[in-house]
Order: sequence, then structure tokens, then C-alpha cells
Amino acid sequence: MSDIKEIISGICPEAEFVEGGESLQVNVPESKWHDFAKALHDDRRLDFDVLTAVVGMDWKESLGVMYYLTSTSRGWDILEVKVEAPDAKNPFIHTVSDIWKVALFQEREVYDFFGIKFINHPDMRRMFLRNDWVGYPLRKDYDADPAKNPIRLEDEINEDDTCSYVEDEKGKIKRVPGKVFEDDEYVVNFGPQHPSTHGVMRMRASVDGETIKKVDMVSGYIHRGMEKLSEGLTYPQILHFTDRMDYMSAHQNRHCLCLCIEKALGLEVPRRAQVIRVMMDELMRISSHLLAFGCTAMDLGATTAFFYGFREREQVLDIFEKTCGARMSMNYNVIGGVIADLHPDFQKDVKELIRIMPERLKEYHTLFTGNIIAQNRLKNVGILSKEDAINYAITGPSGRGSNWSNDTRKVRPYSIYSELKFDEVLESGCDSYARYMVRMREIEESCKILAQLVDNIPEGDIRAMNVPKVIKLPVGHWYQQVEASRGAFGVYIESDGTKNPYRVHFQSPCFNLIGVMDLCCQGYMIADLITIGAALDFVIPDIDR
Amino acid sequence: MFDFGKWTTAFNDLLLGVMPAWAATLIECVLIAVAILGAYTVLALFYILYERKLCAWFQCRLGPMRVGKWGLLQVFADMFKILIKEIISIKDTDKFLFRLAPFIVIISSVTMLACLPWGNGLQIINYNIGIFFILAVSSVGVLGILLAGWSSNNKYTLIGAMRSGAQMVSYEISLGLSIITIVVFAGTMNITELVMEQESAWFLFRGHIPAIIAFLIYIVAATAETNRGPFDLPEAEHELVAGYHTEYSGITFGFYYLAEYLNLFIVSGIASLMFLGGWMPFHVPGWDAFNNIMNYIPSIVWFVGKSFFISFIIIWFKWTFPRVRIDQLLSFEWKYLMPLSLANLILMAVFVALGWHF
Repeated sequence: MSDIKEIISGICPEAEFVEGGESLQVNVPESKWHDFAKALHDDRRLDFDVLTAVVGMDWKESLGVMYYLTSTSRGWDILEVKVEAPDAKNPFIHTVSDIWKVALFQEREVYDFFGIKFINHPDMRRMFLRNDWVGYPLRKDYDADPAKNPIRLEDEINEDDTCSYVEDEKGKIKRVPGKVFEDDEYVVNFGPQHPSTHGVMRMRASVDGETIKKVDMVSGYIHRGMEKLSEGLTYPQILHFTDRMDYMSAHQNRHCLCLCIEKALGLEVPRRAQVIRVMMDELMRISSHLLAFGCTAMDLGATTAFFYGFREREQVLDIFEKTCGARMSMNYNVIGGVIADLHPDFQKDVKELIRIMPERLKEYHTLFTGNIIAQNRLKNVGILSKEDAINYAITGPSGRGSNWSNDTRKVRPYSIYSELKFDEVLESGCDSYARYMVRMREIEESCKILAQLVDNIPEGDIRAMNVPKVIKLPVGHWYQQVEASRGAFGVYIESDGTKNPYRVHFQSPCFNLIGVMDLCCQGYMIADLITIGAALDFVIPDIDR
Repeated sequence: MFDFGKWTTAFNDLLLGVMPAWAATLIECVLIAVAILGAYTVLALFYILYERKLCAWFQCRLGPMRVGKWGLLQVFADMFKILIKEIISIKDTDKFLFRLAPFIVIISSVTMLACLPWGNGLQIINYNIGIFFILAVSSVGVLGILLAGWSSNNKYTLIGAMRSGAQMVSYEISLGLSIITIVVFAGTMNITELVMEQESAWFLFRGHIPAIIAFLIYIVAATAETNRGPFDLPEAEHELVAGYHTEYSGITFGFYYLAEYLNLFIVSGIASLMFLGGWMPFHVPGWDAFNNIMNYIPSIVWFVGKSFFISFIIIWFKWTFPRVRIDQLLSFEWKYLMPLSLANLILMAVFVALGWHF
């Protein structure tokens, strides 16, 4: 770590280091930020090639952004960079979207909620809220008076308008209007109500005949403002939000939030609870990948395969139902452990699932994967190179389909994953087929993990005994990542020492996934738009948190 | 073999005995129209249930079970619902074409239905160019689809209609060529004669290699012609919501729905006529006793049974295969299927000229 400090001081003498947190934090003045970011990315000694999280912040006296950077080549070290906007009244920060493309959407989200404008960002529109929304909701001084933002019944106007902010030589910032689509483009709208946008997603595709020229993703139709809501609730109360983000990664997401809070509290989770959590995570992953298989098949028009995937998924949901009492939104993990002990049938049911899965997977491959039409529809479609996957921070099965090793369970192990034997699944196809195959093979790996654990669930408590009655986190901030079904899911918590969090940010993998839709779809056909979306496998509530 | 012609001739004579010829013809026309429309409705209803039950079977489900025993009355309930639903009129559509389009589709499919040989003596018109006429009428249907897509003023319908146009025009070539292959073999286009030619054995067996190739090409092209999976791009619910009929509601949508199922029956009927002997029972040359037993099964059962069987195959692969993409669809036709059917036509001509058939 100390050598990194030296290198950073060499590049940017103004950088201040803050220690004592879980990872190295650097405070950089805004004027130096863009050059510094470029050096972080390009300097071989630093090589911070992944922008893991972008967290907008309102520190009351100033507004700013926390950037979480990671280096794939140097053991996935995390570097936090804190950048404050110089003027709190009219905050501007230089964009890093030219360095890490993932910031294209991430910075739009920060703009949407904090009103921080990013200089040189090519498309400075709101991400989730309507263009006519008054105020920036995650600011601490936001006025939530319903009279200011009534439910608007008319359509949004000027939705093709965008703008960017550029700086001239004298340092004056100028607003440059732009257009998302030109007037003479033929724009086909998909969603928010559409059979295969996998939820309330809206895609606008400019087409030339059947060929796609550009895709504009419009989200926010089911945004629930969880991050804002969390600020008014206590820690045990915000747990249930995580189940309602990516409902196909409910256990993993909740596991992540619990880990983050436990880390801050310094809680030791009993071994039994850890094993149960990991087993539930892997069951969830199986169920999620089965759904992904079914939906991919369905979006290609093979409706029967969909039912085959669902047949096995039902079995997983039955296991959840017996132990957690629910098939969706399980609310199972709690701070310090899990809420209830396993159902007596749990081991028997899991063994049965592990037993049938290999032959069922074979059946899927016979029915769907091996089909010549399916192969032609998936292979060489939606190419996403490894460089782009890293640059856009596409984690999870989609990133691993581009041969990028990014499994959080391997690269930054949490809970008991370091003790388990399983392989990280990688495919080098970079296309929809590779992503699809990663999922199918990950089902096998998850079964492997379950097989190792099912007979080795230790006896003991299911919840730590020393969990405080009123949970107050010490002052500070924490960031925790787990491998959810669709990629690295991160939770950022900033605490001011009270029983409510000062700021919670959920870094969802699906939000990055929609960021590459435009890149992946260009030059392919309308029919491919749907299959690329299915193979990336985004879940909308995870985007609209 | 029972000849239904006896009944119809007797009925004709009866009418002529009591009224002038024009009145008799008029009455017959009306009766036939009623019978055809009745058959149309009943068949469409049957096919909807048939497909739903079959696909449920493929998908480990039960299908409709609530209305009537085994859900038998479900289709009647569905049709009744469609009849009483509001026909929504949409702003900025071409009203005249929008209303006209479903009728073109349904007229084309009713006319085709009227040309099929239902049984021995159960045929409405006996043209000398019968099969050619069916092909010609079937091309009219695409006009209704194009008009629907255009007049709806909707991007999905327009894309669906363009796809449908490209697809139908392309696949009609293979469809026609595979039928011509059999016409070359039979030496006639007259439907009755086509059936009678197959008395000794069905064309599929008599014409062996080229006939089997033609049959396979026909099944593929017919699936594409009826816009069914894996060629259901004009509807492609996962991309275009409902394709060319997105904006239709109530019975105008019902027309497309019925026509789609009836077209499935019609292409199956043509397949059974051209390859499986129409209403002709299964005969093996030389096995007279066996042939006689086969003759006891009524001809109408043979025809309908064969059609249902071929429909079963088409439904089967609709529910198994994923959907192809428009460029794959067209390159498959123009690069593979059409050259193959042309080569097959030549092959058949050689076989006929050299007498290499049964």
C-alpha cells in the first residue's frame, strides 16, 4: 500500500491520504481530478482499470463523489477517491466517462440525485427521474413536498433533448445542447410495457430497416428511491429493500448488506449461519440462472424450454418456501446471522436437487442449446470484448462470457467461500452464446458447492448472540461486495454514529449491464436487441433501486 | 368406397324437379356457403383447442381444463368473449384499409378451404387448374397482412408487415415449386384427378426420392407461409408485441386469429392432397384384402385425419424450435431452399421421363 501512496504523491502532490478506513482513501481537489484519474487508469504501476462504484455524496457543507477503483492486475485492491465539487451552490466535477465508460451511466445517476453536473460528459440527462422533476432528491436539503412534484399525467416533452457541459479556455462552463436522436431517424420504442423487456424497461432503438443504429435506455419507471428511504430508517429496517432489488439475487444482496453492517460493527457470525447463507446464495444463483435460461429461450421464441427451466426453478423455490416461508422476497438474512433455522427437509431437498440437475441440464442442451436455430441466433451476436467488459465494469456471468475473471467469490472472497472448491466459469466467446453458457455451467458449479456443504452444516447458533439491541454503526464508511447472480453487488454505507445511516448506496450489477446495450446492439437486428438483452440478463428492479 | 356424389346428385335432381335451374343453383350456393362457413368456424375452434392441448402436452402442463370436461368448451368461451369485445378504433389510422384488411385475409382462406377435396364426391368446384387456383388465392392473403400493417400507423405493425411481405413472397416460390414437382409427376392440376391418381399408392410413396424431398420442402415452406414458428417473425411477440395485428381488437383480431388456424388446416390439407392421397385411403398395390378394409373407413375421415396429422407435425416444431431472424430466414430460402426445390423439380422430371417411379 505504501508504494502506491508514493506513486500517487508523485503524480498528484495535492492528494491527501486518509487512513484508518478499510481501504486507502485519497482526497483529490476537483481541478486535478481528471488528470489524476487518467494517470490512475493508464499508469502501469497503478493500473486501476475498473471503476467499481460511483457514490454521489452530500456532506452538507459540500457535494461530491466517492469513486471506488479496483485493479484486476494487482489483486483487486480497492482505492477510494473522494472528490468534492468546489461550489456547493452550482456543483461541477470533471467527468471520467472518457476513461472508464461505466461512468457514462453512473454519473448520470449522480447528476439525477445530487445535481452534480459533470463537465464534458456527452449526455448529461437525468437517468431515472423525469426531465421536469424539481430538485435533486438525495440532497440533504431536498424538499419532498408533493406539491412541487405532483403526479404528472401528461407525456414528457423534449425527451430527445440532451446537453453537455464544456469548459472553455478561461474556465467558464458552457451548456451545449444536443440531441439523442436526430429528427429524421426512425426510432422504434420498446417498453415500458412490452412482452420481453424483462420488466418495466424502455429501450428506444433507432433503426435502418431492421438494423439497429443506436439504442437509448430509458429507466426509472419503477424506481422506488430505496437509497433515500434508507436514510430515514434504522439498519434492521433497510434490510428488506435488498430482497426487492434484484429479486433473483435476494439472498446474495441481503447477505451483502448484512456483511457490510457486521463489518462495521465487528460482529462475528456463527459458522452455522455462514454455511446456511452460502447455501442459500448458491440455491438463489441456480434459480436465477434457470430463469435466465428460460427467458433466453422464451425471447428466442422457444416457449417450451421456458417451462423446462421453470420446472426445476419451482423445486428451488419450494426449498426456500419451506425454510424462509416465502418464494420471493425471502427476508432471510438478518444482522448477525439468519432469521430462522433450516427446515428439517432442507438437506433431503437439496440433495434431490443436486441429483436431478445434471440430467436436467443435459435435457436443456438437447432441447435448446444444441438447436441450430438457437446457435445461429446466439453465436456472434452482441459482441462485448474483454477490454469493453472491464471498461464498462460488466461483472458476473456477462463479464465472464467475455473471458474476464471477475468472480467476487474468488478474487475477494467473503464468508466461507475461500474454503470451498469450485471453479470460476469463463468463456472466451464474448457473445450472447458465451454468456448463456457461463450461466449453464455456473449451475453445475453451484451444485458442486451445495454438495460440499449439504452434509457439513455444523450445529450451533444461527445468529450471533452479541448483536446489540439498537444497532448504531460507528462514524465512518464501509463498502462491501458480494457475487450476486448477475455480478458484483456492492453496498456502501456512510454512518454518522446514529441509528440511521447517513447515506446508503447500492451498486447494482444490472445498472452497468444496461450501459452496454447500446454498444452491444449496434449493427445487429431488432430481433437481436431482445436476445442480447436476454443474454445480458438484466433485472429491472435492480436498475431502478 | 362410398361416393358422396350420389347424395349430392340426388339432392340436385330433387331441386331441379320442383324449380327452375337458376333457383336450384342459387339454393345450392347458399347451402354450400353456409356449410363452408360452418366448417370454417368449427375447424378453427377445434384447431385452437388442438394446439393449446398439444402445446400444453409438450410443456408439461394440462392446458385449458376449467370450461367443460377437459376444457372442451374453453374455445367457445374464448370466441364468445372475442365477439362481444369492443372494436377499438384508433386515431390516425387509414380507416377504410384498416377495416378492409381482415376481410381480405379471411376471404382468401375461406376460398382456399372451398377448393379442398373433403371426400369422395365431396368437392365444391372441380377446376382443371384446381391446385394452381389454390396457390393463386393463397397469395391474396399477404395483401391483407400488408394492408393491416400499413394502415395501423404503428411501427411494430409496419415492421411486422414488411417482414411478412418479404417472407411470404419468398417462401411462396418454394411452396409453388414443390407443388409443381408433384404436378409434373401426376400430369394434372385437377384436384379430383390428383386424388384418383393416388389410388394405387400415395404420391409420397410412388414418387419416392423427389417426392419425399418435395414433401419436406413443402412442410418447411408451408410453415413459413402460415407465419408459424419457427418462422413467426411477422408476429414475433417478443420483438413486435403482436406484429401486424397489434392494433386490432375484438372480432377484427379474431379474424386474423381464425385465419391463422384455418391456414394451418389448409396447408395441411394441401399436403395431404398432394403427397398423402387426399381422401384416398392407404392402399398398397397387390394387397387387395388390406385395401378393401381400408376402404371401409369413410373418405372424409381419411382426409381430415391426414390433415390433422400434418398439422400435428407443424405444431410440434412450432413449440420446439426458437425463432429465426429475418436475414437468416431469407438467406435460408434464397440460398438453400429455392435452389434445392429447383434441382428437385429437374430430378422429378428426369424420374418421370425415365419412368423411375412406381
